[in-house]
Amino acid sequence: MSTLNFQLHCDNFGRLVLTDAQGIRHEGVTPVRAFPIAAPDEGLSLINFEGHEVGWVDRVADLPPAMRDIVEADLRSREFVPEIERILGVSGFACPSTWQVQTNRGQTELILKGEEDIRRLSQTRLLIADANGIQFLVRDLTTLDKHSRKLLDRFL
Amino acid sequence: MTSNVQNNTGSEPVIPGRWAADVESRLGAGEEVQACLETNLDHDLKFADSLIVVTDCRLLARDAGGKDWREWPLRAGLKLDHHDHAGVGMLELVDDNGRLATWRYTLSRNLAALRVIAEFDLHRDSVASGKPVARPDEDVCPKCKTPLPPGEDECPACNRESTVPPSTWTLFRLWRFARPYRWQLFMGFALTLASTAATLVPPYLTMPLMDNVLIPFQNGKPIDWELVSMYLGGLLGAAILAWVLGWIRTYILSLVSERIGRDLRTQTYEHLLGLSLEYFGGKRTGDLMARIGNETDRINIFLSLDLLNFATDVLMITMTAIILFTINPWLALVTLLPLPIIGWLIHFVREKLRTGFEKIDRVWAEVTNVLADTIPGIRVVKAFAQEKREGDRFRAANEHNLAMNDKLNKTWSLFTPTVTLLTEVGLLVVWIFGIWQIAKGDSTVGVLTAFLAYIGRFYTRLDSMSRIVSATQRAASSTKRIFDILDHVSSVPEPSKPVHLSGVKGRIELKKAGFRYGTRAVTKDVDLVIQPGEMIGLVGHSGSGKSTLVNLICRFYDVSEGQVLIDGTDVRSVPVAEFRQHIGLVLQEPFLFFGTIADNIAYGKPNATRQEIIAAARAAHAHEFILRLPHGYDSLVGERGQGLSGGERQRISIARALLIDPRILILDEATSAVDTETEKEIQRALDNLVKGRTTIAIAHRLSTLRKADRLVVMDRGKIVEIGNHDQLMEAEGHYHKLYMAQARNVDTEDTLPRAPVLPKAHAE
Repeated sequence: MSTLNFQLHCDNFGRLVLTDAQGIRHEGVTPVRAFPIAAPDEGLSLINFEGHEVGWVDRVADLPPAMRDIVEADLRSREFVPEIERILGVSGFACPSTWQVQTNRGQTELILKGEEDIRRLSQTRLLIADANGIQFLVRDLTTLDKHSRKLLDRFL
Repeated sequence: MTSNVQNNTGSEPVIPGRWAADVESRLGAGEEVQACLETNLDHDLKFADSLIVVTDCRLLARDAGGKDWREWPLRAGLKLDHHDHAGVGMLELVDDNGRLATWRYTLSRNLAALRVIAEFDLHRDSVASGKPVARPDEDVCPKCKTPLPPGEDECPACNRESTVPPSTWTLFRLWRFARPYRWQLFMGFALTLASTAATLVPPYLTMPLMDNVLIPFQNGKPIDWELVSMYLGGLLGAAILAWVLGWIRTYILSLVSERIGRDLRTQTYEHLLGLSLEYFGGKRTGDLMARIGNETDRINIFLSLDLLNFATDVLMITMTAIILFTINPWLALVTLLPLPIIGWLIHFVREKLRTGFEKIDRVWAEVTNVLADTIPGIRVVKAFAQEKREGDRFRAANEHNLAMNDKLNKTWSLFTPTVTLLTEVGLLVVWIFGIWQIAKGDSTVGVLTAFLAYIGRFYTRLDSMSRIVSATQRAASSTKRIFDILDHVSSVPEPSKPVHLSGVKGRIELKKAGFRYGTRAVTKDVDLVIQPGEMIGLVGHSGSGKSTLVNLICRFYDVSEGQVLIDGTDVRSVPVAEFRQHIGLVLQEPFLFFGTIADNIAYGKPNATRQEIIAAARAAHAHEFILRLPHGYDSLVGERGQGLSGGERQRISIARALLIDPRILILDEATSAVDTETEKEIQRALDNLVKGRTTIAIAHRLSTLRKADRLVVMDRGKIVEIGNHDQLMEAEGHYHKLYMAQARNVDTEDTLPRAPVLPKAHAE
């Protein structure tokens, strides 16, 4: 989509306000990626607070810079899928097990309730749900270091 | 974790040690900390610890990552809100003009955040109005609003999930199942000891046979036949004794292990049935079936065969070692030398094999899962001509299984030949050392023969012992997987101090009820009072939380927040089975079990009389069609049984609900799977059912809710409208929109030619 048929700005309450082609104002719009993991840069939908789609962008890059900044800032503050870069240690190989992990968002702990919480998205990509419902991503198994792979292997 | 911070009257919240001094230095004279939250994310959602503190007159917050503190004096108009999305909670401080600040945390801190908000609200109101803090009389859990028991700050309803991993000595946990049979087990062990001792007699007798009979004969002495027959008699006697003892032992222990297996299976299944729907939602059928079937079987084989053999082996080795040492300590020492090496080898391989077997188990479950996914969906597979793809998926799972096995077999195949080699080497060592000793005159030929006879058995024993390695590992991982189920505490637990309901009236009350599935809040802040005998229609788009609400009322799930009350009693304090007795449920897809129609109707009340069953069937308008079936009430239904149409099945399930005469009735889209003609018949059946009961009906077709006293309209997990049809139509809100949309659809639907209703022949 080359021409955008809506306008977007951020109000004092930190909410996104979208004005559509008909000039209707939608307050509290949420940007949502259609494929947050497989293709984060493609397909962005803007959802109003009732859950209806009020805008669609084929590529995030198609947005004018000002609007892109707003959208990206909002996404940054809501999207939370830490990527595991290294597994520093695990409390045990029986579940529930507490893992010390190094993610792209810093070091943290996750509690794995059961092996079935590790889901294979593809041959090399894993999604790990922790006991508090946070989803951790392992983008590529093969790029993890040997120690991490060995630990992870015990759960796969 | 700050979740222990409490805001109870008269008790100080605890500030985590590393912040304490910093916070202390910032407090004014007489200022007291009321609540605090240790946030663990910064604005870009990177993990970083920080702190928010509510005092009696200020809100203090430390910048994530920085050292600076920001503060906001409490005043009217200031508001602290919280939202959560995908596992991240956000606190937002706003006033009338805009947003002042935001903080983020993972949901593990949710409890502390709720406390901070509660304290913030209390003290802001007190500052704004100038009145002292108006605290509610009783302490309630900030999460679920249930009153806390006095003196306790952890909510018994919320705080029950443990994160302690089970011990690695899982196998010993089987003792719980072995305990009832401990005397038989003890006897089996005693018999093992005796029979093993008996098998050790023959090699011992070869020593005097050699030294007192054969060698003197070679040296020219005649054979003493009396002595020979005594020795040979001893050999035969020992062999027969070992045979009898071994037979009794194996018989007793096999009986015991089969019984342990049975107990294990039934207990696991019974425990599984007690778990909440939430558990079943997160598991795959194939995996659970494999656990109860194969894993218990594997444990059973381990107990009856492998463990038994192992015990015999250990006894044999110990006893042999003792005998060898009493005969000739030096030779014994040399003989036993390879033992530590083999011990080390076993230990080394054990580690490799254990992980390998656990992996194979998981891969195997994957293979069965592919089947369990595909076979029930075979119509879809065929309709979209995806047989090849499903075949490939199964092939891939099998390849994976093969690869895992291949990898493991590399280690495994090396193991046994190595033990055999060691045996040969060991024999060689004994030969060398024995000959040397005989040459020196320190030993006799008889002793060497006895040693060789013993050691032949000795190493075979070590060899078979090495097999226990894999068996133990397999059994240990099976045990772990079984105990994974047994250790799972139902998220719908039985109350510790059950309250018994006497004569349920059927008043249902939801107080701020919310349910969270994973991180997604499915329903929140639902407040609803349903009077006894009232019929409520639940209306809303699919996904608006209607079914979740019903699941909460049935206690298939427990609320994550708030309370569900029946006749003023929290449903969590009523025993689950007792509570469900009062609930009749009619589902969209009636499920008939394999058995007769009468059995199916009497499912909720197995001791119902035939008269009762017929009365229920009549009331459900099922009597006549049942009589038309070849075997009447004795016709078989369910899998491979008599084919029944959707409407007929539904009426059977209505009869099932009628028979238990529940005070509360739940109709979850009871008529949506059938055509309009059948719907009318079902509707008549339902009218009989509804009379005088508290009824909650979910219906997609609004026309079916005409009899409802009140309609509750839900949207995205919240109640948006309540009222009867006319009131809601007048209000022109959500209901009006829904109704108009359906009215339009019905108009177009009616103009379509309707296919004649054919009897459905397919059996399910």
